[in-house]
Amino acid sequence: MSPILTVYRWELRKLRAQKRTYLGLGAAAAVPIIFVVAVVTGGGHPNEVAFGRYVHDTGLAIPLVMLLFGSIWLFPLITALVAGDIVASEDRNATLKMILTRSVERHQVFAGKLLATATYAVLAIAIAGVVATGAGILASGFNPVTTLSGTVVSAPRGLLLVGASLLVYLLPILAIACIGLLLSTVFRNSGAAIVGTLMFSLLLQLVAILPGLGGLHPYLLSTQFTAWQGLLRTPTDWDPILRSLWVCTVYGAPALIAAGLVFLRRDVAES
Amino acid sequence: MADAPPIEVRGLAKRYGEILAVDDVDLTINPGDVFGYLGPNGAGKTTSLRMMLGLIRPTAGEVRLFGRNPQVSVKALDGVAGFVEAPTFYPYLSGRANLELYAAFDGGDGAGKIDEVLETVDLRDRAKDKVKGYSHGMRQRLGIASALLRSPRLLLLDEPTTGLDPAGMRDMRELVRDLGRRGITVLLSSHLMPEVEELCNRVAIIRSGRVAYEGSLDELRARAGISYRLRTIDDVLARRICERQPGIEVIDDAMPAGLLFKAPSEDVVAALSLALADAGAPVLELTPRQASLEEVFLQLTEGGPPAAEVEARPDEIEAAA
Repeated sequence: MSPILTVYRWELRKLRAQKRTYLGLGAAAAVPIIFVVAVVTGGGHPNEVAFGRYVHDTGLAIPLVMLLFGSIWLFPLITALVAGDIVASEDRNATLKMILTRSVERHQVFAGKLLATATYAVLAIAIAGVVATGAGILASGFNPVTTLSGTVVSAPRGLLLVGASLLVYLLPILAIACIGLLLSTVFRNSGAAIVGTLMFSLLLQLVAILPGLGGLHPYLLSTQFTAWQGLLRTPTDWDPILRSLWVCTVYGAPALIAAGLVFLRRDVAES
Repeated sequence: MADAPPIEVRGLAKRYGEILAVDDVDLTINPGDVFGYLGPNGAGKTTSLRMMLGLIRPTAGEVRLFGRNPQVSVKALDGVAGFVEAPTFYPYLSGRANLELYAAFDGGDGAGKIDEVLETVDLRDRAKDKVKGYSHGMRQRLGIASALLRSPRLLLLDEPTTGLDPAGMRDMRELVRDLGRRGITVLLSSHLMPEVEELCNRVAIIRSGRVAYEGSLDELRARAGISYRLRTIDDVLARRICERQPGIEVIDDAMPAGLLFKAPSEDVVAALSLALADAGAPVLELTPRQASLEEVFLQLTEGGPPAAEVEARPDEIEAAA
């Protein structure tokens, strides 16, 4: 097994042994259920967001609404829980000096941690999507979806579009994971890195509502959380999705490169 | 490369801002040595070890382990194991899982040795427990176990007995002695001279980041030389006479009674004895004594001007490191 895969496998095992992992994944599963219970028992519609008016018509609207609500802090926080901790926890436990004196190179350790962070983020979104879709279908049925263009697509095609939307949603999530990894590497403190990552995400959303900055909106990371809506138009609008691809790369790649450089060059001098 | 010494350090230095934690250290550790790296807390021992293991970059100089530079690649650590300060583990994993992790990070060959090394350090019964429940001594032993997984030819141990109770210290020293008997070259960092005297054949004494002495313990004992304890009926007068007497060097006059001096030969001592009698301070006691290594260590690490370019308090260096 290659050293990177060895590190990756052990990073996953370490994640499985930590409570924070279950806290994040548990939140990803619990929030959609709470949302569905609130919709069912409250009887209202979250009309202010796209697909909100359809939550009683089709369960497939539930994960789409959840993606919008979750972008404010839920999914950034869930992502930051692990991304902000995965390097800093080595500082907390002072274990970096142990693993870096074995037979794996620093870049291999870093790559393994990156893969584990991405795996966790993908898993969190997948769990949230599956639970929201399942709970939504149980509550409101497996019915056709009305797109943002007003056309109606069949339930199976709607399900496919929900899955594709989750994939597009992963783009800004992975960019946030890269930023969390950077802060985790630089701060060497889990709490600071997690809060810092969340604050960064929230600040970009605040920038989005500042007057006079409308021209910036398409290039803010927070805006990319709605790029998936291009899939729910007829015909499909690929522009926001392609823009999300490069905008998220612009945010994520420098953070990732900086994190890698810091990790490769740092002195491991703490106790 | 095949004949390269286990450790070769040349001109090694590490600066943290104004503080020179390690200053121009040269060391050569030969195969089979159990080498004591001795110095008071904050002298730069741990910083040196970190550079030897490639954890921090030297400001100047170079380390070679079996001829390879650990700053270039972890491949230089093939056949090398050890830990700096206390060994550390993932507290939420069991002792065995931690060893499995380290064995996997070594390439997997050590996985088959886990039971054996757990037996060696007497932790087999607690291997399934999470490390967060381990005592300090158990973690130290698990640290040795994790090092042994690599089947090392060279072991670097940083104060492995620190924080252990007397029984734990005894067991740890026995373990180090046993590893030395197996032919493993050991670099043992310590601030305890008796420990080094008990375990090591060669020693480097480091003070304020610089090597104050490097050589065998026998040479160090010889260097310590013989001192003489003198007691007369008038110690104040005796001290004045000692100071006037050619070749006599008073090294301790703060004893409850009498004083301690060094002399280059017995003839000089005999001349002093006559001078004392002539001056009216007849000798009550004049006893030669071999200086202990502990005294030599203290003299080397506390006496004389600081060796480092910038003198720093140990706590400052520790904080910077």
